Amino acid sequence: MLNSKIPEGPIQHKWTQYKASAKLINPANRKKYKVIVVGTGLAGSSCAASLSELGFQVEVYTFHESPRRAHSVAAQGGINAAKDYKNDGDSVWRMFYDTVKGGDFRSREANVYRMAECSLALIDQAVAQGVPFAREYSGYLSNRSFGGVQVSRTFYARGQTGQQLLQGAYQALIRQTAVGNINLHTRHEMMDLVVVNNKAKGIVTRNLDTGEIKIMEADAVVLATGGYGKIYYLSTLAMNCNASAIWRAHKRGAFFAAPSWTQFHPTSLPQMGDYQSKLTLMSESLRNDGRIWVPKKKADDRPPHEIPEEERDYYLERKYPSYGNLAPRDISSRAAKEQIDGGHGVGPMKNAVYLDFDSAIAQEGKPTIEKRYGNLFDMYKKITGMDAYKQPMLISPAAHFSMGGLWVDYELMSNLEGLFVLGEANFADHGANRLGANSLLQACVDGYFIAPHTIMNFLASEKPHETIDQIEKEKLITDTQERLETLLKIKGNKTAEEFHKELGIILYTKCGLIREEAVLLEAKSQIQELQKSFYTDLLVPAGNQINFELEKAARVEDYLELALLIVEDALQREESCGAHFRKEFQTEEGEAKRNDEEFKFVSVWESLEKNVFKLHKEDLDFENIKVSERSYK
Amino acid sequence: MKLIIQVWRQESRDAKGKFEKYNLEGLDENMSVPEMLDFLNEKLIKRGEDPIAFESDCREGICGQCGFVINGHVQSPEKQATTCQTHLRSFKDGEEVFLEPFRATAFPIKKDLCIDRTALDRIIAKGGYIGVNTGQAPEANSILIGHDTAESAFDAAACIGCGACVAVCKNASAALFTGAKISHLSMLPQGKLEAKTRVQKMVAQMDAEGFGSCTFTGACEKVCPQGISLANIVTMNREFWKS
Repeated sequence: MLNSKIPEGPIQHKWTQYKASAKLINPANRKKYKVIVVGTGLAGSSCAASLSELGFQVEVYTFHESPRRAHSVAAQGGINAAKDYKNDGDSVWRMFYDTVKGGDFRSREANVYRMAECSLALIDQAVAQGVPFAREYSGYLSNRSFGGVQVSRTFYARGQTGQQLLQGAYQALIRQTAVGNINLHTRHEMMDLVVVNNKAKGIVTRNLDTGEIKIMEADAVVLATGGYGKIYYLSTLAMNCNASAIWRAHKRGAFFAAPSWTQFHPTSLPQMGDYQSKLTLMSESLRNDGRIWVPKKKADDRPPHEIPEEERDYYLERKYPSYGNLAPRDISSRAAKEQIDGGHGVGPMKNAVYLDFDSAIAQEGKPTIEKRYGNLFDMYKKITGMDAYKQPMLISPAAHFSMGGLWVDYELMSNLEGLFVLGEANFADHGANRLGANSLLQACVDGYFIAPHTIMNFLASEKPHETIDQIEKEKLITDTQERLETLLKIKGNKTAEEFHKELGIILYTKCGLIREEAVLLEAKSQIQELQKSFYTDLLVPAGNQINFELEKAARVEDYLELALLIVEDALQREESCGAHFRKEFQTEEGEAKRNDEEFKFVSVWESLEKNVFKLHKEDLDFENIKVSERSYK
Repeated sequence: MKLIIQVWRQESRDAKGKFEKYNLEGLDENMSVPEMLDFLNEKLIKRGEDPIAFESDCREGICGQCGFVINGHVQSPEKQATTCQTHLRSFKDGEEVFLEPFRATAFPIKKDLCIDRTALDRIIAKGGYIGVNTGQAPEANSILIGHDTAESAFDAAACIGCGACVAVCKNASAALFTGAKISHLSMLPQGKLEAKTRVQKMVAQMDAEGFGSCTFTGACEKVCPQGISLANIVTMNREFWKS
């Protein structure tokens, strides 16, 4: 049933071959086709701009006031590309290998290879748009190193690489609103997907300012709505990041792959109190020069500078000598949690580890470190009031990136025809753990280089503008209206935010960095309870126009359903791989122990009815890379 | 920690607004200003009152979504900070804190602290880009850009589009916002070709949106959370006269 549609032939030629044989539409006929793009982050903006440049009509939706606010803006460290500007042995092949290995051999080879291949042109595109990447004094582009690799292939614009790339994509998008064929709908939320005969034919939208609910019809729908790490409530994500668009599509039949694979970022700021609404990320690039340590003695209350060298445990350097502080994220996060749980945590809540720049400042001098990370140190000071030039940073793992997402085939199309899913919203490229600086890359190549070809290939076999039945349309609008009215009518005593916080605690403690069957079962019943009480105790203030509480409530309702699927997925996968660490399945040294015999597949879920899930499997074939135990020692 | 919060409440764009007073107790000095409003809103919702409408997304100072006037300071009483990067430790225990929306003709108030800043997008749409389509780009290292130029371009490109520069300006001018984009693109070799039309169209749109003129008081530079330099306005003027 699941056909990933991977083209035949050697991996190096698959994408070239695909493009050479993909169906085209005559430029004059393209304007007859309409494509909806939901989301204006890197994936959405770049896809919308590229489609408009080709001549398609594009309707773009974002719940933000401006497309430039999308959360791609917050990515700090960089974007990978196999340019081999450093002459350090990099190549498309090596990047492909690093990414598959980094993902603990749970991603699709052909997709990963294509991402590495397209990385070359992406840097060219971004530079042409005016993205001010860091440069050497000679005028050439500069690179740095990121976790999980031994080459320097990361391009960066200080600690604001996501912002700068998004500026490029946003400017391309906004340019097309003036000179091309883009209609931009800001402050509009996608409430539902319109599916006719198993094909995506439009979306139901709500104008968040006026409350008006409408249907937009189209010949294809693109969801580029980002990740759902915010389901853990405390996360590195923005407050409004949500799973609603992909969850609503899932409820209409789009399969959801690997929902429980959420990456915990090792260098976030720790939680400082109950009032806290988010955890701010400190870029992984800091691990190039910062050394991570904890006191060897448990519950050591001495300030860091009073702890002598021999009483410090640089645990990453000790456990993973060849990668040291640049061990991949899943491994670094888990190692930090082990130290914290083992009583070595530092900071006021004893929930952090140190990231120390003393040696780097001594070796390279403060001005060099300031140049590299100045804005990150400033940000750290703004948030914590502490000076990281003088004392080590406090860092802690936090929910960050969703490797899981809607299932897509090689064309980035869901099992629902005409529904394309891009960027973090899909599952395809990162396996069970994403490497740093591959997220911006995936979002960009999906939008600029892949989707425009695959969408055109799909549309070429479609008749443009098949309209949806009027009665069906009215029913869809009524369904959404009734759903929101139900939420408004509950009139209990708990806010959506309170439900979200409770859900977050359950997921963090029971389905987070470390998972275990008995504990997951507890999580399941607690979430079921919470979901039940949501429909009796929720309190949403009245009002159909600007009502942020109503927006939140609808998103939390979706989160509660998705949370059950996340737990189901974590329960079903009786192995450890990447970010998914089951306590029952570990090596003697405490590393993740995969079970390739039984679990070398992607778990793909269908919802039969509310909270009833059916598992499908996409077997993963590794024809080019030898599947091995993943070691960074 | 205790604070007396005076918040601007306004039902809709054309409604008359006023300050509403709330006494808050049990605050933590490490709370950010939006977190304090979350705390207050929870109380209001439970009392059956309309919560304060405000927008805030990334809460780390980069998305440009939040931004109020706090005790007369646009964005923040702290230096180079956004509202979400402002913590209650910036205030004295028991202090009275006034929160109101950014005010400018081109930024109509939608509700309470929410404003409409889409005028800024419309300025960018007139030319705040390099007109390169997907697929047209040459090899990245074939465009050499000196280290210092790249750094200066970044300084200008760091704008988060929050509109603080407009809100603080006595003329509600968008010169710093527009100048930063013009300057970012015009100093790069790949952005020079369109420099003339870019500056003309963007400046015209700035006027059409109802932003005022720049009289070079430098207030904008002082409140910019990204520290965008006033020199960008000089660049814009130079590019404009050149064109």
